[in-house]
Amino acid sequence: MNTNTPLLKVENLAVNFSSGDDNVCAVKEISFSIHKGETLALVGESGSGKSVTAHSILQLLPYPTASHPKGSIQFDGEEIIGTSEEKMQTIRGDRISIIFQEPMTSLNPLHTISRQIGEVIRLHRGGNKKSIEKHTLELLHLVGIRQAKQRFNSYPHELSGGQRQRVMIAMALANEPDLLIADEPTTALDVTVQKQILELLTELQHKIGMAILLITHDLHVVRHFAKRVCVMHQGMCVEQGSTENVFENPEQPYTKQLIGSIPSGSAVPLDTNAPALLQVDQLKVWFPIKRGVLQRTVDHIKAVDDISIDLSAGETLGVVGESGSGKSTLGFAILKLIASKGTLIFDQQPIDHMDQKTFRPLRREMQIVFQDPYGSLNPRMSIGQIIAEGLSIHEGSQQQHEEKVIEVLTEVDLDPDIRHRYPHEFSGGQRQRIAIARALVLKPRLIILDEPTSALDRTVQVQILELLKDLQQKHGIAYIFISHDLAVVKSISHRLLVMKEGKKVEYGPTQQVFNNPQQSYTRELMEAALG
Amino acid sequence: MTTFNMSPINQRRWQLFVKNKRGYYSLWFFCIIFIVTLFAEFVANDKPLLVNYDNQLFFPVLLVYPETEFGGEFETEADYRDEFVAELINNKGWMLWPPIPYSYDTIIYNLPVPAPAPPSADNWLGSDDQARDVLARVIYGFRISVLFALALTISSSIIGVAVGAIQGYYGGKIDLIGQRLIEVFSGLPVLYLLIILSSFVTPNFWWLLGIMLLFSWMQLVDLVRAEFFRARNFEYVRAARALGLKNSGIIFRHILPNAMVATITFMPFILTAAITTLTSLDFLGFGLPVGSPSLGELVAQGKNNLGAPWLGLSAFITLSLMLTLLVFIGEAARDAFDPRKQIS
Repeated sequence: MNTNTPLLKVENLAVNFSSGDDNVCAVKEISFSIHKGETLALVGESGSGKSVTAHSILQLLPYPTASHPKGSIQFDGEEIIGTSEEKMQTIRGDRISIIFQEPMTSLNPLHTISRQIGEVIRLHRGGNKKSIEKHTLELLHLVGIRQAKQRFNSYPHELSGGQRQRVMIAMALANEPDLLIADEPTTALDVTVQKQILELLTELQHKIGMAILLITHDLHVVRHFAKRVCVMHQGMCVEQGSTENVFENPEQPYTKQLIGSIPSGSAVPLDTNAPALLQVDQLKVWFPIKRGVLQRTVDHIKAVDDISIDLSAGETLGVVGESGSGKSTLGFAILKLIASKGTLIFDQQPIDHMDQKTFRPLRREMQIVFQDPYGSLNPRMSIGQIIAEGLSIHEGSQQQHEEKVIEVLTEVDLDPDIRHRYPHEFSGGQRQRIAIARALVLKPRLIILDEPTSALDRTVQVQILELLKDLQQKHGIAYIFISHDLAVVKSISHRLLVMKEGKKVEYGPTQQVFNNPQQSYTRELMEAALG
Repeated sequence: MTTFNMSPINQRRWQLFVKNKRGYYSLWFFCIIFIVTLFAEFVANDKPLLVNYDNQLFFPVLLVYPETEFGGEFETEADYRDEFVAELINNKGWMLWPPIPYSYDTIIYNLPVPAPAPPSADNWLGSDDQARDVLARVIYGFRISVLFALALTISSSIIGVAVGAIQGYYGGKIDLIGQRLIEVFSGLPVLYLLIILSSFVTPNFWWLLGIMLLFSWMQLVDLVRAEFFRARNFEYVRAARALGLKNSGIIFRHILPNAMVATITFMPFILTAAITTLTSLDFLGFGLPVGSPSLGELVAQGKNNLGAPWLGLSAFITLSLMLTLLVFIGEAARDAFDPRKQIS
């Protein structure tokens, strides 16, 4: 093969989706090429057409709803658009492989992992049972699954998220493809695992010599793992070039905005005389594990174990940790949404022994904003109803509700007229503003923010963080900011609590923890996240 | 907010419902028949709609007039079908009869042939073996079937949704005990219970409704319970709890509207099941009291009088029409509530 001809060449590709009279142009025009052994990153925010482009390379789009009005995709000199389905089947999984974002749903839960990997080999290579098994075991070793022999007959649910993603990679690499399409391969994983997976991919790339098309929204990942980058925006390729060039000297305003939108700055200055608002002492949330006929408690799952924190008015406490570390459980326990043991003092009032009824009037003082802006708004209620719901619980008179809703919508930078519309008409960022407005309208003194920016694009994230800081300065609200994203936490919190498996790892002022982490776990976390 | 101002989600549902043409026209057809039969007294009755006697207007359908009012001899209610009374009235005025001049229990004494009489110009669907007009009985029978089914469906839905909601929302022990009780209860043989009961009391409409209700509310419990299980962990439910909303508020404002989708989709099918059950009880003779206009009784008559096919055929056509319409409406409703269905 001539080394000068690219392995994959996409030229002026466009993708249309049509249903009835509706015509949506997902990709307007994009051209790029990948050479053998090279890594190209497609970067863009959600809805920019990255995944659609990738899926059209494998012709995996729902044809004929989807169509390519123009353009060509050439793989190894052969045109892919219009190739017969039989021909495509020999290419998929053999010469071009793909890894998907969700390791939870991309594996069949009813088959063992060895069977799923073995199937890919059998389909394209054939061979007898023994040789396939041998090959599968080698692959499991290759992708770094420890104790591969014992894991050989495991079902997907017995593996962790990172291990599942490794199995997915093993399946994709089974036939040593020329091109690997990695569609957000690490988005669903914790930072430390994310780093391992990306390092694994680079290592395997050197071993096998395949090209990688990396699709991601995470600029941090791009910077460290791709040689060339193609920035997509609204179905167009805005800028293309070597990663260094694009990051150092971005030419297009959109690229500049994207690169500039890394959360920065520091927390709102804190009044040193601020009164203490919340004291949590030795908080425990233990879920009993029951066994046997008599359902005796044999052990506990310690979701939150012995956590003590305190918070003054107007202060932000960042809580970081990987998934399953008990961050959210801690938040729910403070709000008394789940039962806990330990002392909780809010505004000099012990609240841990209050029952739900006596605690109810206090709820207006402590609010919560959730991660998923799609799930946290009732789809059957208008925005006005959603925001006014808290008011109607805590304030009897209906008269001022409308005024207050308008006021709070203006405060979160939304048009007050939207109060008559329904949640599905809004984007993720707007919904998160609505969720913040719902919490804010009660004028609380403490808001627990449970991953409020994790489901949003970077540029929107920065806007929401700015909004939160503004509100804090204006109203002196205290935040407990729960996140797995260290960059976000760094830019907003005064103090930081690092959690692992329900336990406190490190607790101190943000600057101190970042500059001088005391524990090895904290260091590891920071290295993985901030590079 | 007015009822005409539908939320976008309901507008979409209505559009999907209309898109299913078969279901949409079935709904219209069914509504028309149902409304007509609701006013069965004005359609098929053995009393005239309007009587003009001595330049005075009488409304026999609505009010009871003694025969003496029209110059007769008895102080009992006037029998307008009696030739003597008819002559008295016609001499001094006129009578306006409904399109079918028989009620469900009118016994026709002047049939040209022995009962059951075949269809004729007077009795469009013939008469049954007790010389009563079949068409009149079908109209009243349709009404009582649908009303019974509606009453049963609505009341069993209310109970079923309430029980399912409580089990699903609170979960744990309440759910466990509730499920076991339902399992035991649903094991009871309904039919035998009805047979035993009908030897104690004469089952009327309300008795039957009550007994059937004892067993039919369980159909929806599992459905609603599952919906509540799913929905109680939604973030907007959590958010509502964090706002300080009471459990009852969360159930009624946040979870129930979502759980209702499954319920409404299921309702037309409960309705058809209720009609079928009532018909079969009537057929066996354990249903409505003797003489009531019931389709099941008509089916039984058809079986006993094989020589009079109009009896069986009328019952069969009425029942199959009614059930088919309801199933079509149910299918359209199912489409309407299907979030994956496209409007285009």
